[in-house]
Amino acid sequence: MNGPDERGYYGEFGGRFVPEVLVEPLRELEAAVTGAFADDGFWSEYKRLLRDYVGRPSPLFEAKNLARRSRGARIVLKREDCNHTGAHKILNTVGQGLLARRMGKRRIIAETGAGQHGVATATVGALLGMPVEVYMGAEDVERQSLNVYLMELLGARVRVVESGSRTLKDATNEAFRDWAATACETFYVIGSVVGAHPYPMLVRRFASTIGEEARVQCRQRFGRSPDHVVACVGGGSNAMGIFAGFIDDAQVRLWGVEAGGHGLERLGLHAASIGAGTVGVLHGARTLVLQDADGQIAPTHSISAGLDYPGVGPEHAHLARTGRARYVMITDDEARVSFERLARLEGIVPALESAHAVAFAERLAGTLPADAIVLVNLSGRGDKDAVRFALARAATAATA
Amino acid sequence: MNTSQVASVFERCAAENRAALIAYLMAGDPSLADMPALLEAAAAGGADIIELGIPYSDPLADGPTIQAAAQRSLRAGTTFDGVLAMIGTLDRNRVAVPIIAFTYFNPVFVRGVERTARGLAAAGFAGTIIPDLPPEEAGGTADAFASNGVALTFLVAPTTPSERIPMIAERSSGFVYVVSRMGVTGAGQTLDGSVAALVDRLRPLTDKPLAVGFGVSTPEHARAIAAYADGVIVGSALIDRLSSAADKPAAVRELCAALALASSRDQIK
Repeated sequence: MNGPDERGYYGEFGGRFVPEVLVEPLRELEAAVTGAFADDGFWSEYKRLLRDYVGRPSPLFEAKNLARRSRGARIVLKREDCNHTGAHKILNTVGQGLLARRMGKRRIIAETGAGQHGVATATVGALLGMPVEVYMGAEDVERQSLNVYLMELLGARVRVVESGSRTLKDATNEAFRDWAATACETFYVIGSVVGAHPYPMLVRRFASTIGEEARVQCRQRFGRSPDHVVACVGGGSNAMGIFAGFIDDAQVRLWGVEAGGHGLERLGLHAASIGAGTVGVLHGARTLVLQDADGQIAPTHSISAGLDYPGVGPEHAHLARTGRARYVMITDDEARVSFERLARLEGIVPALESAHAVAFAERLAGTLPADAIVLVNLSGRGDKDAVRFALARAATAATA
Repeated sequence: MNTSQVASVFERCAAENRAALIAYLMAGDPSLADMPALLEAAAAGGADIIELGIPYSDPLADGPTIQAAAQRSLRAGTTFDGVLAMIGTLDRNRVAVPIIAFTYFNPVFVRGVERTARGLAAAGFAGTIIPDLPPEEAGGTADAFASNGVALTFLVAPTTPSERIPMIAERSSGFVYVVSRMGVTGAGQTLDGSVAALVDRLRPLTDKPLAVGFGVSTPEHARAIAAYADGVIVGSALIDRLSSAADKPAAVRELCAALALASSRDQIK
């Protein structure tokens, strides 16, 4: 498998719906990607940085305490929280940073939701000596302030986005607008498997390190692939990354976990683009979108800024349509419970995004026999969420 | 109103030795009820074509001015059907110029391209511009618009390579929209100096009228563009003017009149 067709489509999803000014920059990027991906020198530098700088491979850890409580299958965590900068995002930004340098670009821009992609981009900018500007919604700046400080410490400029819903969608709009004005000298490092072709394909390629490693590690540890693979899905890059290792293995069930927020009863309360969305075009791709009947993009809600996005990568929409992967949702409250539980039972504080995957894995494991294996992508660590979690807990205690 | 109506405006303007003035307004800003007076004012001021924005929540090709206008319009409750109804009941004797819609692909796609084309035609729209729909993605849309007699105008940007231009111009109906600069819509202080060169690059590759937009704000800009292009498109400057004016129709009429005067080549010294 398994890439898009030559026009960037996965089945009916994908494509390149962008203003004319960006058509040629995307074609240049596609040509550069084709050249880089065929170049052993590019990959050897990428792999060297992953080993020496990012700390690959990431560990595979069996969460026996968590599994014991679920009274079912074995639960295994792919520890992307152990990466430099604390999340899987740096796999992608190292790759795109090397592409930017290869293309002779002098400036890097990015959008960020939770700030993890922003920090990972700022980090690579510092490493490669390129100036970085990161667009971040005003609401996210407030709820992920630690990452704002980190980005600034790393020398990046954080551009606060006040338009629209003041979250990831609007930060992405502003990054696209910046790129439309500056494409000749600027490389736009997209943070997920979203956007116009070739972005979903190239981001997946860099993220697929997760799945390739996990596949080998499972073979070595268990002598076989897992029965189930679980990952949270906002735009969906960590999920595509781990799915990539198992997608050709038809016995392995793939599960994407979307943010159920306060529940799916109505638009605005959740961010479940696959569970409750309809086909539309957002940020350059045809995909599943949360929108009203007039095609206006809906506001979204999730406790986790990184999942708070009204669209999803086109390949996920395709996997949902074909049934190769199944998509479920976990609410804010369920994610909070698993966030705390993983900390208490395993000594691992997950990102709130990843806590959605953990919560579903616990539920799934409880329905499975003891010899089944559930692999969870623990996409990032939760330092960024700890303060807000504590404050919310204190507030709850005060009103109880 | 149909495709040929847009083309005939450019023919008439060429015969009168002037560039066509294309004035952009956002439907529903400040409300749909205000639009007939604003459209009449634009026509009375001398707009040859009116480009009417149909608001979208995430307008990637627009700068802050038109983003804000779209937000005001959506907050006022504007819908696609509401815009069609408003144009469908407009007194076209008072707005006797072609009206073309400017919107984004998602509202068109979600509504259905055939249904959108039919609705626009029935309401009396002569054409449409969808800035995030490049020709490569526009196959079915272009067919639906053509069969309903609604022009679908494509854009050429400073980054567009010359080998792509004949294809875009061939598929563009009514005219070719020449994006004057890198970036998004928005009133500019100075006109990008490279736009004249871009128009020169286009001329040998197409016989269609070339209208220049993005960053065109003042009569001075219009005068400069009229010297080499067939149309002058002004949007954000009009929105800026009317959003701060007490008498909005008067503000639209006055700016359109000044731009129309500047678009006439007879007064170029």
